[in-house]
Amino acid sequence: MSDEARKFLYVNRKAPHGSIYALESLEVVLIGAAFEQDVSLAFLDDGVFQIVKGQDTKGIATKNFSNTYRALGDYDVRKLYVEQESLDERGLTVDDLMELTHDTDDEDDLTSIIVVNRSEMAKIMSEQDVILSF
Amino acid sequence: MSTLHTVNKSPFDGTSLTSCLAHCLPGDAVILIEDGVVAARKGTAAATAIEASLAQCKVYVLGPDAAARGMNGETLATGVETVDYGGFVELAATHDRTQSWL
Amino acid sequence: MGYNFKGQDIAHDEEGYLTDLSSWNPELAEMIAKDEDIDMTDEHWEVVNFLRDYYDEYQIAPAIRVLTKALKKTMGPEKASNKYLYELFPYGPAKQACKIAGLPKPTGCV
Repeated sequence: MSDEARKFLYVNRKAPHGSIYALESLEVVLIGAAFEQDVSLAFLDDGVFQIVKGQDTKGIATKNFSNTYRALGDYDVRKLYVEQESLDERGLTVDDLMELTHDTDDEDDLTSIIVVNRSEMAKIMSEQDVILSF
Repeated sequence: MSTLHTVNKSPFDGTSLTSCLAHCLPGDAVILIEDGVVAARKGTAAATAIEASLAQCKVYVLGPDAAARGMNGETLATGVETVDYGGFVELAATHDRTQSWL
Repeated sequence: MGYNFKGQDIAHDEEGYLTDLSSWNPELAEMIAKDEDIDMTDEHWEVVNFLRDYYDEYQIAPAIRVLTKALKKTMGPEKASNKYLYELFPYGPAKQACKIAGLPKPTGCV
């Protein structure tokens, strides 16, 4: 294998608390981050609900892993693609999403969220070496 | 650089097929497996959507999954091809990546 | 299985990680540390407290790489090395320090 980092895209299409997909994806991303590949995440369809702000799981007695998305920057996961059409369909705007940021050597708290439209998302998918779907 | 998309859920039970077709690029292929095969049953809205996308990508069903659900050449939407397990492997090998729409 | 803490039985898993995060307290931490042959100094506490704060904020125990990076920011470069952390926690900083901090075993970590 070449020295160049391979492009990994994690595709998230499920809402967070009704099934295990979202949490599983997040755990795989965090474990996979140790391998220093070129990692990005895609949120589309119900997957956009994973990063909506103000999630409170106390009443359903499960772990509120929405806070963990805010740690992604620490793990050098800096590209979170969010599909505009998926937000629109669900009555959401980018302001309804958590502020997810990362630091670089030069600057702190840069936004990691990149809103793209459906055809841009298709293109991003087509540029990957590996796609992991959840 | 083309992608093989797999869809394993019924189009009556979610957005997997719709979303898959909306993210397909020219030269890609879609294979319907497991419950996903019912999308290719002739005369459904899903089959119409599949037929409309045939202009830019090929669509396959996995034969054993289709047969298990009572589907054969006659009940299949026009233009959809049937492959066996070997054909599925062949498709995976001849595309650059595989993307599962779960 | 559990730790016998002042006559109380505090449940842990087969590797000694607390089953219930809220059963943790500093004295119990000292006791777990003793089991690990560690005498808790201020430097140990610095790391343990950092891990607890991080977990509180993000609901995960950070990977070692993330831990060193974060320590660099808050405590300066001399404390942000694997060597420094392994001197404090010889059997794996994340693993041992997390156990003492009462956190679950870190995901995919040494």
